[in-house]
Amino acid sequence: MSNTQVLMPQMGESIAEGTIVTWLKAPGDRVEKDEPLFEISTDKVDAEIPAPASGYLLETLFGPGETVEVNKVVAYIGAEKGGTGSTPPAPATPAPEPQKVAAPAASVSAEVSLEDLRRQRSSPLVRKMAQEHGVDIRQLQGTGVSGRVTKADLQAYLDKPKAAPAASQARPSLNGEKFKYSAGAGDRLEPFTPMRASIAEHMVISRDTSVHVTTVFEVDMTRVVKLRARHKPGYTARGVNLTYMPFIMKAVVEGLRSHPILNSSIVDNQVAYKSHINLGMAVALDWGLLVPVIKQADELSMLGMSRQIADLAERARTKKLKPEEVTEGTFTVTNPGVFGSLFGTPIINQPQVAILGVGTLTKRPVVTEDDAIAIRHMMYLALSFDHRVIDGATADRFMAQIKAFLQDFPESLL
Amino acid sequence: MLQQDLVQRRKHDEIGDQLLLLEHPPVYTLGRGASLENLKDARIQPVHTGRGGEITYHGPGQLIAYPILLLEEGRRDLHRYLRDLEQVVIDLCADYDLRAGREAGKTGVWLDGKKLASIGVRAASWVTSHGVALNYGQDLTGFDPIVPCGLQGVEMISLSQILGEVARDDLEDRFCRCFSRIFGREIL
Repeated sequence: MSNTQVLMPQMGESIAEGTIVTWLKAPGDRVEKDEPLFEISTDKVDAEIPAPASGYLLETLFGPGETVEVNKVVAYIGAEKGGTGSTPPAPATPAPEPQKVAAPAASVSAEVSLEDLRRQRSSPLVRKMAQEHGVDIRQLQGTGVSGRVTKADLQAYLDKPKAAPAASQARPSLNGEKFKYSAGAGDRLEPFTPMRASIAEHMVISRDTSVHVTTVFEVDMTRVVKLRARHKPGYTARGVNLTYMPFIMKAVVEGLRSHPILNSSIVDNQVAYKSHINLGMAVALDWGLLVPVIKQADELSMLGMSRQIADLAERARTKKLKPEEVTEGTFTVTNPGVFGSLFGTPIINQPQVAILGVGTLTKRPVVTEDDAIAIRHMMYLALSFDHRVIDGATADRFMAQIKAFLQDFPESLL
Repeated sequence: MLQQDLVQRRKHDEIGDQLLLLEHPPVYTLGRGASLENLKDARIQPVHTGRGGEITYHGPGQLIAYPILLLEEGRRDLHRYLRDLEQVVIDLCADYDLRAGREAGKTGVWLDGKKLASIGVRAASWVTSHGVALNYGQDLTGFDPIVPCGLQGVEMISLSQILGEVARDDLEDRFCRCFSRIFGREIL
């Protein structure tokens, strides 16, 4: 007979127990899978718990008002009506208990027997557990009703001998226990939003996966600044705001075409060179960060690129991106420069192998080729790359190409 | 009851997630585990409800928000759900330039050490019902005859005590915005 255990469900990570409010079915009742079976309550929340299986409710181990640890068995559901959940039907010839009960209760010995009896009359679950572990329940001090030995009593007994060796084996803790947060008065605890949880997980995985190395180049953007100023009105006339981003994206596309290893992923000791260049662009939001992807950026004109960038950024901010618009990126560009950062050392967006960080664009005095000092529009570009597959020389050649492309940006592209 | 009906229909996927915004006529309600000890005036007949939590008062000048949501796989955590509801109200307050917060072990949203919003929820197969009651009107005398949420000595506070009159339409708009941000759902 295979009975289904009904467990106290884990209703939340920090929820260790639940209080049974009411059973919606009585033992013997027919229950259908997913039909509400009982109600529990934990701090401020009432929850209706569905039956895990169809059958008959055989036995409930806890009543209303009882608080039970999560994952503890609270009831059994069986395929057939009758019987109790945890043990096979009692043998036809029961233990000689009835005789003892029948004995006069006056004598001390009889009382002891009664006491024994009470202790033996633990729940079927406890008796079964005790049997399995070869424990004589009568040896235990029960804390349940009339000195009954509860599962907790038995568990405590079983855990005891194990506890000592475990302590002596204790290794110096490397789990950061020492650096644990301690609550201070007035601290405000805020649970992670799903976005934050996903960012946090991604960052740790990325740092633990790729060998991050960052290289920084300085780019003279004076020509791009001039080109942008010259062509901006034309773009505005076509309803697009011309920013610096499409210039940089164009340069990145050129660099990736020449250095496909930067547009790859690592799969089981193989390098997967991606057939398309799908550029992710990190968009900072008040509540986190999203990386919408410009698909097949290698096929876009400057105008098309500008449109895509504006459209994706806008929809990221208004939460109107479709799920497929934030996936399948092959390389990412992030722009901490908008906040004034000179350059950052970005973390790679997995499963990609490199990410370009764009620093702020500022006017700086620069020594020119002919040893004069001139005021130029300067910008740092920082590339973090996965040193497992990208050598420093490759990364720097890629960066040098981007730099050259930007400094000599072909006006024909506009 | 409307909520129960919506919960059933949400369970069977007949409808999408819902957010009910409403106002109750003056009423005292009890959660499942509630005791009558917190009712100071025996003449009051409280209504028993299926939410968690102790006795509370609902009435005009309160924004009642009852989300009927099927919590998605990664969010099937009732404490998390409570914290999320609190965050909606905290964000809403931030929108009014008020800094509200939590108090450890006392579910709800607190402002200047007083209780601004009460929370009591129910979940059935991870479909939520009941929710948040946020005080925004002037009149809080409804709380006088009870020990709200069983918290001795607790004082209630309302948005209008700090901001002056609060327009309900505007409040609902802001609530929806904060709600959709926290729960990642668009309000249609």
